[in-house]
Amino acid sequence: MKKQKAEIVKIVLSTVFLFLAVIGEQLKLHPLICFAVYLSAYFICGGKVIAEAIRNIFKGHVFDEKFLMTIASLGAFIIGEHPEGVTVMLFFCLGELFENYALNKSRNSISELMDIRPDSANLKIDGEIIAVDPFDVNVGDTIVVKPGEKIALDGVVISGTSFVDTSALTGEAIPKEVFEGCEVLSGCINKNGVIEIQVTKPFEQSTASKILELVETAADNKAKSESFITKFSRYYTPVVVVLAVLLAFVPPLFTQSKDLADWIYRGLTFLVVSCPCALVISVPLSFFSCIGSASKAGILIKGSNFIEDLAKAGIGVFDKTGTLTKGVFSVREIFSEEIDQSSLLRIAAHAELYSNHPIALSIKDAYKKELDQSLVSDYCELSGKGVSVKIENEKYYLGNALLMKENGFDVSDKGFGATTLHLCSEKKLLGHIVISDEIKESSKKALELLRKRGIKTVMLTGDSNEAGKSVGEKLGFSQLFTQLLPTDKVKITEGLIEKKKENEKLFFVGDGINDAPVIALSDIGIAMGAIGSDAAIEAADIVIMNDDLSLISKAIDLSKKTLRIVKENIVFALSVKFFVLILSAFGFAPMYLAVFADVGVSFIAILNALRINNKTK
Amino acid sequence: MKRAFKLSGLCCANCASKMEREISKIKGVNSCCISIMTTRMTIEAENQSIDELCQKAFDIVLKYEPEISIKRVL
Repeated sequence: MKKQKAEIVKIVLSTVFLFLAVIGEQLKLHPLICFAVYLSAYFICGGKVIAEAIRNIFKGHVFDEKFLMTIASLGAFIIGEHPEGVTVMLFFCLGELFENYALNKSRNSISELMDIRPDSANLKIDGEIIAVDPFDVNVGDTIVVKPGEKIALDGVVISGTSFVDTSALTGEAIPKEVFEGCEVLSGCINKNGVIEIQVTKPFEQSTASKILELVETAADNKAKSESFITKFSRYYTPVVVVLAVLLAFVPPLFTQSKDLADWIYRGLTFLVVSCPCALVISVPLSFFSCIGSASKAGILIKGSNFIEDLAKAGIGVFDKTGTLTKGVFSVREIFSEEIDQSSLLRIAAHAELYSNHPIALSIKDAYKKELDQSLVSDYCELSGKGVSVKIENEKYYLGNALLMKENGFDVSDKGFGATTLHLCSEKKLLGHIVISDEIKESSKKALELLRKRGIKTVMLTGDSNEAGKSVGEKLGFSQLFTQLLPTDKVKITEGLIEKKKENEKLFFVGDGINDAPVIALSDIGIAMGAIGSDAAIEAADIVIMNDDLSLISKAIDLSKKTLRIVKENIVFALSVKFFVLILSAFGFAPMYLAVFADVGVSFIAILNALRINNKTK
Repeated sequence: MKRAFKLSGLCCANCASKMEREISKIKGVNSCCISIMTTRMTIEAENQSIDELCQKAFDIVLKYEPEISIKRVL
């Protein structure tokens, strides 16, 4: 900051001197006085640049932007174009200043987004609370988190209740209630109550540290356009410099004219345009802004290369359970025969009174009312089939098709899926309860959003044909594969990758727990709802921190926007530069224009890149 | 073996890519990555001589930008 202020003072002073010199010339003051004023304007802003350029020559790198600017501006001075010389240096310094400012600003705004690293933890030892470095807290220690504080380490609440704000991790705005026994993650903010937490993970393995590490390393995976630009700049500068030298000294040999100064001026103009700064800075800045904005929304992108891939997404493959559906069972439909639905449900719920199986729980959930233990007797679990039980002294069987068959009822031709429970008494078949995994509220809309973007969607599931189809049809999948073993999922994905178009990318969305091979195989592996699951974060290329599927289309939009801006910047900067090069080769471009081609373009490119951060709703 | 460093004061994107290229060419360094945005330098190198290789990398960084301060983060 101090350095920046000093730079601003220098630039202002230098500008004032420049104006004084120009006015002096108009007033026809002695040329030497004007020259002295020009020279001081020049050295006030350019002194440091020149010093560094000289230092760099001794270290052996010649095509350094400072060196080029020094030569260009000194050259202008020598051939008598004093104002040009000063302006070049002035604009160069101004450009550098702005570049640093923009760079720092976006660095800060992104680290602000990622401001989840806690600075200290309140360790409780023998009833006393001391503030310590989170690194010094061990697994099993108790920490106290007061309202307004960040939770420092992952752990389990052992006393107190409160609401925690998980938005920094998941982008989810609604605070989550926590109480004794709840798992809490570091990086969340405790809203109202004091809670005591028993630490389950050391600081460096806690969620906050992991996520920060991930975003930091994301910049290591560079995008193709980034590598293109670095490569380009490696050749661009030397080529333009060589052209500049040729332009300055070759034509005068042939034309035999005396205007050597004119050709040198053209050559110097070339030098000013030879810096690739605008491109080199704006491309990584764009990608990083994208990673920052995404992480704020709860999308972790593990590299700039995945932004490029995501913008080309053509096929989306979805795992069903836990991704499109909640992975929690619930009663979907009740078909009663002989008795009415509510009595059917009442009997079924009581029959499952003693069971804790997820399906039993879903039936009890659906019944909603209090269960009366006194009604139930002779409860017997029939392994692999269901239960038999006496309710109000009437004997019932609740279970699968096999159990029905044993009791003389054939239900196999009724077309129910695997997860259907049948209820019968000793005399009659009473009805069927279809259990299914509930579809997430966000799934349908999210898939529509993807299809609107021209993305083909495919569903994979290990579930039975019926169960898979019913979910798939509801969500509008045109292509779905059911009854798959994990290895089948790999094979089908491989097939889809082979069949897809050349420049299309395939992404796979799963819960990241048992579909790691498919995630690894896909062009882009996306893990959903992965907060707190290290394995998923490890395996996936993109991690969606909460359960909201619509974040996928958001990530795609953001990637497309980023790539568009990157392309805009590349095309804009290159065309302006080439245009100015051509103009100056023919002697039409004053050095001012060249300075604009360099600094002005950087300025505009950076502003354009920062647009990614602005409104991404 | 992987090491990461924070290069505080890094602000020239062009220099960063030059450093990166030069460090990647050191014998024994498998890969080097410098991000202008996070000012983070990641070096992957042979296990035995990693300290020595990192020192060489520091020399290169400081050759281009003497004002950078280097701090190990991983």
